[in-house]
Amino acid sequence: MKTGLLGVATIAALGLGLRPVWAQESVKIGFVSTFSGPQAAIGEDMRRSVELALEHLGGKMGGKKIEVVYEDDQFKPDVGKARSEKLVQQDKVNFIAGYIWSNVLLASLKTVTDEGDTILISANAGPSQIAGELCNKNFFSTSWNNDQTPMAMGDYLNTKGVKSLYVVGPNYAAGKDMLAGVKRTYKGKLLGEDYTKWPDQLDFSAELTKIAAAKPEGIFIFYPGAHGVQFVKQWAQSGLNKTVPLYQVFSIDAITLPQQGDLALGTLGAQEWVNDLPNEANKKYVADFKKKHGVYPSYYGAQSYDAIMLMASAAEALKGDLSNKDKVRAEMKKANFKSVRGDFKFNTNQFPIQNFYIQETVKDPQGMMTVKTIATAVTAAKDPYFEKCPMK
Amino acid sequence: MSEPLLSPRVLVTALLLAVLAALPLLTQAFDQRYLLSVGTRIVIWSIAAVSLNIILGYGGLVSFGHAAFFGIGGYAVGILSAEGIQNGWVQWPVALAASILWAALVGALSLRTRGVYFIMITLAFAQLVYYLASGLEAYGGDDGLNISRSRFPGLLDLRDKATFYWLCFALLCASLWFCGRLAHSRFGAVLRGARSNELRMQALGFPVFRYRLVACIVAGALGGLAGILLANEGAYVSPAMMSWVKSGDLIVIVVLGGIGVRFGPLYGAVAFFALEELLKPALDLMHKGWGEYWQIVFGPLLVLIALYARGGIASLLGFRRA
Amino acid sequence: MDYLLIQVLNGVQLGLLMFLLAAGLTLTFGIMDLVNLAHGSLYMIGAYIAWTFVTWTDSFVLGALLALPATFALGVAVEAVVMRRLYARDHLDQVLATFGLILFFNELVRVIWGPAGKSIAVPPFLSHTIEILPGVPYPAYRFALIVVGAAVALLLAWLVARTRLGMLIRAGASNRRMIAALGVNIELLFSLVFGLGAVFAGLAGLMAAPISSVKIGMGDDILILAFVIIVIGGIGSIKGAFVAAMVVGQIDIVGRAFLPELLKTFMPPASASAAAPAISQVAIYIVMAGVLVWRPTGLFGQRA
Repeated sequence: MKTGLLGVATIAALGLGLRPVWAQESVKIGFVSTFSGPQAAIGEDMRRSVELALEHLGGKMGGKKIEVVYEDDQFKPDVGKARSEKLVQQDKVNFIAGYIWSNVLLASLKTVTDEGDTILISANAGPSQIAGELCNKNFFSTSWNNDQTPMAMGDYLNTKGVKSLYVVGPNYAAGKDMLAGVKRTYKGKLLGEDYTKWPDQLDFSAELTKIAAAKPEGIFIFYPGAHGVQFVKQWAQSGLNKTVPLYQVFSIDAITLPQQGDLALGTLGAQEWVNDLPNEANKKYVADFKKKHGVYPSYYGAQSYDAIMLMASAAEALKGDLSNKDKVRAEMKKANFKSVRGDFKFNTNQFPIQNFYIQETVKDPQGMMTVKTIATAVTAAKDPYFEKCPMK
Repeated sequence: MSEPLLSPRVLVTALLLAVLAALPLLTQAFDQRYLLSVGTRIVIWSIAAVSLNIILGYGGLVSFGHAAFFGIGGYAVGILSAEGIQNGWVQWPVALAASILWAALVGALSLRTRGVYFIMITLAFAQLVYYLASGLEAYGGDDGLNISRSRFPGLLDLRDKATFYWLCFALLCASLWFCGRLAHSRFGAVLRGARSNELRMQALGFPVFRYRLVACIVAGALGGLAGILLANEGAYVSPAMMSWVKSGDLIVIVVLGGIGVRFGPLYGAVAFFALEELLKPALDLMHKGWGEYWQIVFGPLLVLIALYARGGIASLLGFRRA
Repeated sequence: MDYLLIQVLNGVQLGLLMFLLAAGLTLTFGIMDLVNLAHGSLYMIGAYIAWTFVTWTDSFVLGALLALPATFALGVAVEAVVMRRLYARDHLDQVLATFGLILFFNELVRVIWGPAGKSIAVPPFLSHTIEILPGVPYPAYRFALIVVGAAVALLLAWLVARTRLGMLIRAGASNRRMIAALGVNIELLFSLVFGLGAVFAGLAGLMAAPISSVKIGMGDDILILAFVIIVIGGIGSIKGAFVAAMVVGQIDIVGRAFLPELLKTFMPPASASAAAPAISQVAIYIVMAGVLVWRPTGLFGQRA
């Protein structure tokens, strides 16, 4: 029985082995994000930006046709890992990008970068492990490390003279990173710190009551996606919006604003990219995105757009020949492209060295909710972990 | 046992096992590396499903917290690996012991309840471990933990995909064989007897509680083994591997394959993963973009199986519940 | 003291919301012996339908009034197409089929309403805060949640204790074969009860919508909580579901509001603030396991 099968396998192997070495006609890109379930809106925003980047590139990079394969991680690390594995092993993509969630990225990392020797560009997730000891020559980020954005917010709170703060976030790894980030730079008095259930807490009344009793000068939150909608609504409904201002990271953006509406007006947040940054690449990106979809893009989208543009810069420099990975990595490391956040450099761990801005939630002249830049919080910021990265 | 040698179920089962046995060779020959990855997951999930089938299929006890064993087996390996102990001869026995202990504890407390209450109490214990792991900040908390594969110096190199697959497959065969022996033993007969009439078995003088507890422990050990393998397969452990959805998936696999049938879990796992891998491209083929909505087909398919294919795939092949 | 009162009120409000969801589940479970994992999907679809009607009529109350009969109709339809065929099956077939329904409904919602979440605003007449004590504001909408939840609880108590339907429900929860022997039109009764359960789920969904977000899968996590409640209370018992929901609501609030301070009295602050959320997250599961070890059929349950 077994020898029979072996025979079949051998014949098949001979037959298939005669195929010519696969000549690459196109640049293949795998894109992993969340396209189903409660956070699907984020994945949709990223996909729209990827499609827009392809349009702006004329569907080609380095003279070769671009093919993108989208895979849904379902917001689950093991699914994300399996999908990434498929992209590397079956679709044999040149690049993989995407990844909203830290745990999905961490689960997929080794499969892609080590076993697959494929270049991975995170367009959102930035856990400290990867900025530090898990850094990898095949890993690039067009976003940030988790700690950076809240650290920028903490700096801004100091300059603004906010004397006391209450911090709230979900009880999971990125939530703890974010609160640790703001605590690292904020110098005022910390009046309280709450971690809420993740991902299923529906009600924040207990926390809001505690905040009201503590009477801080500000609340700092981190609630990505749908959870940001819930917190902001309940904060406003509790009447706290009249007494305690809300400072946030990743909780009020182009995806959540249609649901938060007027309730979010006037709140401040920190971000490395804002839709009104005055550079040409950004103006084109935002204007075309708005024209096509009737809404503003979010930073998730902007980071995805940059990820594609980063790949394109390498492909152009190498005239479409992506066979030598060392050359591809060297080209990517130059970050030689027009980022929508303005030019930036890669640090030794291949995370961007970039500015962070403070944005205010406003209504645009057409009455649509959006955010606009009001200050620069920090310039050319490096993440706090790059020295732990063995790459120099 | 006087079955014709060429009945469909024997043929299908033999063919399936043969393909699985030769999978690394086949995937290499056809240059389909990814299929080997899928195959590895199928085999590991089959082991977990075999384990659940012991208590659910033979014992009639619906555990809704079986994914906890993925986590306990996996985290035992993961934590030891993070502490610098890579040797499989240490890791694996510790992981198995932890699973057995947990199974004994949960079993002793849960077996006081029946029916839906049993479903829910097992879920409660699984949630407990889930949140415990999420709170283990030293080991990555919710982000999980990247680990390196267990080492068996001089014996096996688990980093080699084919070797690892064959190890998993050998362990699956062993569990299937063991499960078959168990089902036809006196022990299995008592379990099945208690499933249909607990009082009668008690009246006959069988300590039903103790039999069931032993079944839980055996299932726990096998579940822990699946967890060890899963952690090694992904070189990663995280609380997500024991979320209640995973426990639900395991139940679906067992029911889909055929409850209380020895090879049921294997059919279930193959069908479950094949549907997941094939529905999407199949729908995309019909109309570009439809593939993304594959669950809208997968869901009703499960409903139809529950409604019209009683006894799952095994019954379609002519197996009867043991 | 004010602080304590408000936190207790928060717990009551959360408990009542949970009760709305659990009531329908315990009804269908108790009378039809049906494990319906898709109950959370009805909660979700109730909220989506309400969003559609609220957007259409531009009025929360009107939208809600239209959404309730719509969810009832949906419930009856689901019962007729799928559930009816499952009553005689064992729990596992029911789990498999209703698990399939969850996947189906989540995708269906994405096809119909798109991937982005929806938002229902608090109706203007409830968007202010009221002073429950001088100087102690409380959001009016949360107060409305308490009123609606309490009203439904009373309505159900009356329905179960005083009406013929209630008598059949009680009879069904303790002995299903008996009601069949009474010559009752079982099919109609089951349709009705399932529809009623769907209405309660939909009501919970639409009442929760203004404080949360109407999104795909919103019922999946909360479903587990609803199951915990009906199991603690004892399956089929409305009274049990009510008591358990109240207990769970208070435990949840205590865990979040008081536990960190409590732990700090005997632990270093850093480990206390790390331990508190972990403990409050598992508290209800520990309570459920404890209750079941002590009373294997829940607080007010009669049979397994």
